[in-house]
Amino acid sequence: MFERRLYHHIDWVLIGAVLALCAVGLAMIYSTTGGAGRVYWTQVYALGLGLIAMAVAVSIDYRSLADKSHWIYLAMMILLVGVLFFGSVRGGSRRWIDLGAFNLQPSEFAKAVLALMLAKMLGEERRPALTNNDLFIAAALTSVPFLIIARQPDLGTAVTLLPVLFVVAYVAGMPMKYIYALLIVAVLSAPLAYKFGLQDYQKERISTFLDPAQDRRGAGYQQIQARITVGSGGVWGKGFAEGTQGQLRFLPVAHNDFIFSVLAEEQGLVGVLVALGLYFFVIMRALDAARLAKDRLGAYLVLGVLAAFTFQVIYNITMSAGLAPVKGLTLPLMSYGGSSLIATLAGFGLILNVRMRRFTN
Amino acid sequence: MAVAEDRRRLTQRLTALRVAIGVAFVLLAFGFWFFQVVQHAQFKEMAENNHQRTLTLRAPRGIIYDRTGKLLVENRNSFNISIVREHTKDIDRTIRVLAQVTGVEEKVVRDVVDRNRREPSYRPIVVIPDATLSQVAAVTARRLDFELPDVIVQEVPTRQYPDQDMAAHLIGYVGEASEQQMQSDGVTTGSIVGQFGVERVYNKLLMGEDGAKRVVVNSVGREIRTLEEVPPVQGRRVQLTVNYAMQKAAEDAFRAYGYFGSAVVLEPKTGDTLVMTSMPAFDPNDFATGIDRATWAQLNSDQLRPLQNRAIQGRYQPGSTFKIVVATGALEEGLITPERTIYCAGGGTFYGRFFKCHLEGGHGNIALRNAIEKSCNTYFYTVGNMLGVDKMYKWSERLGLALKSGIDLPNEVESIVPSTEWKLKRTGERWYPGETISVAIGQGQLTVTPISMAVMMATVANGTQRVVPRLVKAYDEGKGWVPVPPPPSPFAPFVLKPETTSAIRDGLWLAVNGAGTATRGRVAGRDVAGKTGTAQVISNQGKERARGKTDQDLRDHGWFVFMVPKDNPEIAGVVFSEHGEHGYFSATVAKHVIETYFAQRDGLPLPVLVPPPPPVPAATPARVVTITGPGGTP
Repeated sequence: MFERRLYHHIDWVLIGAVLALCAVGLAMIYSTTGGAGRVYWTQVYALGLGLIAMAVAVSIDYRSLADKSHWIYLAMMILLVGVLFFGSVRGGSRRWIDLGAFNLQPSEFAKAVLALMLAKMLGEERRPALTNNDLFIAAALTSVPFLIIARQPDLGTAVTLLPVLFVVAYVAGMPMKYIYALLIVAVLSAPLAYKFGLQDYQKERISTFLDPAQDRRGAGYQQIQARITVGSGGVWGKGFAEGTQGQLRFLPVAHNDFIFSVLAEEQGLVGVLVALGLYFFVIMRALDAARLAKDRLGAYLVLGVLAAFTFQVIYNITMSAGLAPVKGLTLPLMSYGGSSLIATLAGFGLILNVRMRRFTN
Repeated sequence: MAVAEDRRRLTQRLTALRVAIGVAFVLLAFGFWFFQVVQHAQFKEMAENNHQRTLTLRAPRGIIYDRTGKLLVENRNSFNISIVREHTKDIDRTIRVLAQVTGVEEKVVRDVVDRNRREPSYRPIVVIPDATLSQVAAVTARRLDFELPDVIVQEVPTRQYPDQDMAAHLIGYVGEASEQQMQSDGVTTGSIVGQFGVERVYNKLLMGEDGAKRVVVNSVGREIRTLEEVPPVQGRRVQLTVNYAMQKAAEDAFRAYGYFGSAVVLEPKTGDTLVMTSMPAFDPNDFATGIDRATWAQLNSDQLRPLQNRAIQGRYQPGSTFKIVVATGALEEGLITPERTIYCAGGGTFYGRFFKCHLEGGHGNIALRNAIEKSCNTYFYTVGNMLGVDKMYKWSERLGLALKSGIDLPNEVESIVPSTEWKLKRTGERWYPGETISVAIGQGQLTVTPISMAVMMATVANGTQRVVPRLVKAYDEGKGWVPVPPPPSPFAPFVLKPETTSAIRDGLWLAVNGAGTATRGRVAGRDVAGKTGTAQVISNQGKERARGKTDQDLRDHGWFVFMVPKDNPEIAGVVFSEHGEHGYFSATVAKHVIETYFAQRDGLPLPVLVPPPPPVPAATPARVVTITGPGGTP
């Protein structure tokens, strides 16, 4: 299965960049949590597990995985439904399976599973051009995990499934008129969705985003603090572990959702540009894997995995600067969170997998 | 074909994605540049405001001493429990928990917070001033548990008056600055400033400069470390002109005999106020940490009016003590000589009306010295009639009885000595000569404050200058005591004729040491010169009518004015006792004060107050005189 010559085609540069981001994340977690404490070590272990998951994801030929994608998809849906019933509750939502040592968040893995499923469905070589029927089925396959995850409730993670669908459908040849139509519908339906589709707390987050000052203590607080954190960093930053906003906890969950704000505070614009550059490089390099992929399946798989990753990176960093409504979305590779890190690294395993096997039959 | 086309489309769309992602990253980089470079200064300041807090370190007020160096007012450390709302999420919860752990009523805490709602949220609101140690312990423990992170305990210097209510009206008290005081004194909300007495008048000297401490706090308000500390500068030390031992002697005597009233003793040459008391008094310690409403309401509604400084705010008829002014005026105006005798037949008829002397048989032929000694009304009816009301006013003003004394205390009232002009202005009526007769013995529309009476005695004692009483002898700006020069008198100096001085002094000496009315003020070997007087509370007819119908004490007030020693007076003053009748009791108080003065001056042990005889059951005044017109009494 894993032939030796494949070893030479592993994209060590991409792995290096990914690990560099993980290292930056670890450093920031170390800084905000005041040293090598429980949180830090949990992340270190998760990184270890993530590398194992990555290795596993690399070693199994993605085509064999795709062949079993419907079973994997089905198992994931059962797991997600199981979480709804048996998951442990934290902060008012039921997202985790308690594994004793740590809690596993299956929804993090659902993104890669959906990418695999959609890639398989739309990317099979035998298929003719994309039909409306295909699009409908792809949408249905996306909406099942979307609805289950949204019910946990975890709208943030659920929403990251949508880019997977759109990007895969887009590169699979979705007609441009649909894309324009989607854009128009999205713009027009936003007010309606706001009025009828969102829970009160979600509306509050959005309205305070537009005018953070209206609620300095509540939802607007985090946003104002995020901007202060970033802005006070300046060009060179306040120095490692010297950030007052993160260290003194004016910024909530600094090691988690707002880790990029802490980076901006302590390392300044310089640190921000380095991290942004790394992320940009990782994404572009991964897009290369899609371009180089031997088959459509591989390309779509890479793009599906990458879509969720890219969306999350851009959204989280925008939010970290206080430029987007606060949502519980982590920054992949840097934020504290075992499931997210393991799932992301496993996803990169799939990307490496595709690139590595571009010459095999 | 299809595959190639497929490839082409994939490549195209991948490029589109690349461009889109590239644009997003450029926009993000631009956003960070905007916040971190363009708006950096603003956000930096906001971050500092977030985690840096400036705490006021309250300056201890200046210590106050008496003229002998005895400590009158000091400071102690007390604990204030305050709420800082800056990072409070749920103020109701904080109030509830705080009230519960400190055992204070929730409503009280809530009211304080509500009153200060407009204050900036970083400024602590003191909800429990002068907290007990158990309250402090309870709050500190809850803070460590993060249960009350927005509640702080601050140690603050607080005014302490070791002798409680002694000289309370003179020293005054402190309290939170009012809106108006914040402007006039240049202080911020919650500052403690003088509110009354010397504490108020010399607030600028006493206040000192608050310090500040800049600390780093975390998001729940806990102090992490100190960045910078500017220590507070204590207020100036102030030395009063007051003599502690004499002040205490006066108050002890009042208390021992159960009388209320006022005593003022001055140094005739300088105007130094050695004693100024007003009884009943209040305890300024009650105000030091913010007076509670019940105590305040009680002080205000008390019929005995403990907040009134009787020495400068109480006005009473001077009674026979006014004869000193009449005698001085008549001698100086050359209307009589000291040897001039007048026949007293127990009264005299003036303007068709009979005015009675207090001695029914009359004093016979009597000259000035003995007329003062015996307080002969007939003599002074006659001399007063010669002098006329306007000359009486002139000499009252010159000697210090009219107008305000000008002492450095606020809210002094003016003593009222009538004149033709005054009556015309006030009532629109002309002065009837008959009215002069009552005024000549200190009755009628004549009301004076104890301080002005003391000034009058001091002026008669120094014989050249109406003195302006003062309270501060020296202050210390950190380089040792700086004496405060006596304030210049706004009144023109004059010189009393030697025979005037000697006649008045002799008469007053006889009143105390001869067969006079003030023998209780006699101090062996000290040549006390003095005079008693009675201030009618109600006219004799009124007294008759009111008999048995009212609980009010209708007994007359008693005066005793004095200077000692007679020939070169070192001290002069007045004791006024409410319902003290005729001034006998006042003379007793004065005697104790005078003895204390000399004992201290000569380095002898201070005199011990002779315990008063067991109280006589209160009876209606024994003396019932039914006469028309003013019944002059000694």
